Amino acid sequence: MLPAAVALTALVIFPVFRDPLDSFLGDSILALAFVVMALGLNIVVGFAGLLDLGYVAFYAFGALATGWWASDFFTGVNGERGIHIGASEFASSLPGVHLNFLLILVGAVIITAIAGAIIGLPTLRLRGDYIAIVTLAFGEIIGRIAQNGDELTLIGDYKFSNGRQSISPIDQINLPLIGEFDQATNLRPYFWMGLALVLVVLFVNFRLRDSRMGRAWIALREDEVAAASMGVPLVKTKLMAYAVGAGFGGISGAFLGAFLNSVNANQFQFGFSIFILAMVILGGLGSIWGVVIGAVLLSFVNTRFLTQLDQGIGNDVLNALGLDFTFNEVKFGVFGFILVLVMVLRPEGLLPERRRKLELTEGVGTGGESVYEARA
Amino acid sequence: MTPEPAPEKAQPAAAAANGSALLAAKDVSKIFGGLVAVDDVSFGIAPRSIVSIIGPNGAGKTTFFNMLTGLYKPSIGTITFERQDITGRRPDRITALGVARTFQNIRLFATMSAVENVMVGQHARMRAGMFGAILRTPAARKEERRVREHAREMLDYVGLKPAAFDQIAANLSYGDQRRVEIARALASDPRLLLLDEPTAGMNPNESARLTEFMVKLRDERDVAILLIEHDMRVVMGVSEHITVLDHGHKIAEGRPQEIREDERVIEAYLGKAAGD
Ligand SMILES: Nc1ncnc2c1ncn2[C@@H]1O[C@H](COP(=O)(O)OP(=O)(O)OP(=O)(O)O)[C@@H](O)[C@H]1O
Ligand SMILES: [Mg+2]
Repeated sequence: MLPAAVALTALVIFPVFRDPLDSFLGDSILALAFVVMALGLNIVVGFAGLLDLGYVAFYAFGALATGWWASDFFTGVNGERGIHIGASEFASSLPGVHLNFLLILVGAVIITAIAGAIIGLPTLRLRGDYIAIVTLAFGEIIGRIAQNGDELTLIGDYKFSNGRQSISPIDQINLPLIGEFDQATNLRPYFWMGLALVLVVLFVNFRLRDSRMGRAWIALREDEVAAASMGVPLVKTKLMAYAVGAGFGGISGAFLGAFLNSVNANQFQFGFSIFILAMVILGGLGSIWGVVIGAVLLSFVNTRFLTQLDQGIGNDVLNALGLDFTFNEVKFGVFGFILVLVMVLRPEGLLPERRRKLELTEGVGTGGESVYEARA
Repeated sequence: MTPEPAPEKAQPAAAAANGSALLAAKDVSKIFGGLVAVDDVSFGIAPRSIVSIIGPNGAGKTTFFNMLTGLYKPSIGTITFERQDITGRRPDRITALGVARTFQNIRLFATMSAVENVMVGQHARMRAGMFGAILRTPAARKEERRVREHAREMLDYVGLKPAAFDQIAANLSYGDQRRVEIARALASDPRLLLLDEPTAGMNPNESARLTEFMVKLRDERDVAILLIEHDMRVVMGVSEHITVLDHGHKIAEGRPQEIREDERVIEAYLGKAAGD
């Protein structure tokens, strides 16, 4: 308990010792956002054992929620006067929809949870590798729709997204009692906000893991037939995993949209799903603290290490080797490579979850057959 | 010491016919591609009775179980439980109605402790939802405590030593795994318990203890038991009624004494068993 309290205190006061616009502080904020995302994916893949390769879809929906509801994206609404609920004074003077960030979070969770359940539906009858393919396709579809969203007219003449142009600028986060953040002068509030989201998501993760639902997830991961025969409703239990996991992705996406001050559909790529999956696997499938570590590590590898390689001598080395690309171009390839390395060297991850370790090292098996196949 | 043969009071076949059966299968068949694994079998079990299904390997016994518990949909025929049609209903629904089972090749959740396994068995008897779990409402907390408590009671009831309660299922001895599986099934508070070869791999001593346990279970907890079993001492000792399957067909049914003397059964099954 005490070490945890000390660590938490250190985290809370850490930004005070950095310059308000410190780039390391900025990278830490990204890391926090990725922790939230990885914890969400961990519920689907780590707890319930459903391999989801389309997690980017939930980042997309979360970020789009912020784009839609915290910018002048819907310029024409309400006779160009805009709709404002709990927005800052400045945002309230702008056209478009401007909601308080807390409302956006709620909206993002609802949208992504529904999207998660919808993507779950066609996979219910499938097993492992087939689930991966369906989710992968879903992620790609959402990504493509967002990238071409400027051509996609929904209600009236409102579009789905700005396509390859960003939705930008985004309103600064404006919290009740605390007030409006200002990214241009001070990143600290974003760090604390990110930290608060991580704490909430961690809390929910632990509570769910140790509940009836958490047991049901693990049971169906280990033996679907036995789980169903013990009274676990498979459809509901799986959809819950998808919905909760997606909801965390939505929270993180909404936060990232605000923090990056832009929602750019070019980021909604398959490589992003692999990036998050690599965090979960590196940390240890199903292990909450492991996943936190994996997310922080890979996020910093991305923002620090790869960027430095890309800007420093890294690309010269590639050139000297006669390779015709830069580190930035193969970024996601690097994460794929890390994934392979982990699987070969330490498949149970850095901080393995007890059960996974048993499965991997002692061959305590998981039953493969699906109830749907049995009942066909 | 084997319990005395069941009293003559139960008449499951008659029960099936007059509709007072706890569970009844009517003209049930299961076809896999070209193979008729269960062929037009009718069957009934009265409340609080202990009955057995026997038959040579591949006779269709487990397939029949799987249809009763919703794991397979019957190709033809209907199954009713407490007068409700449960044909083709989902396994978790059937469990919630009061049918529980164990598996021929033990299917515990290998990385869960014995207690956790039995807690999963109570899933259908729990109410706590997502928000109750996250907020740990008093109701959710109370339920969680009750379920954990009940799991320990059930493990104790089936004779697992307390030292084994929190051990990972995969690390338990074979006999203990069988016990945990029965406890897990019982935890859902069934009216009907299906046991698929529960004495497989047990020594005669353990088998005899399990036989006694089944009688105790029926008497104390008001559960009917349907047993698939190869061990004839167990079957003859405990069953009030026996149904014999061979190649998917029901070739005989009746009291243990009748089955023992049935020509077709001796030919199809007991004959072989007597030979070894
Ligand atoms: N899912 C399935 N698909 C195809 N065939 C199956 C399936 N399940 C069982 N069978 C076949 O149906 C027949 C009956 O099998 P079942 O497992 O019910 O026999 P059993 O009486 O339980 O035998 P045992 O005493 O060996 O357990 C066998 O020929 C088996 O191969
Ligand atoms: Mg069998």
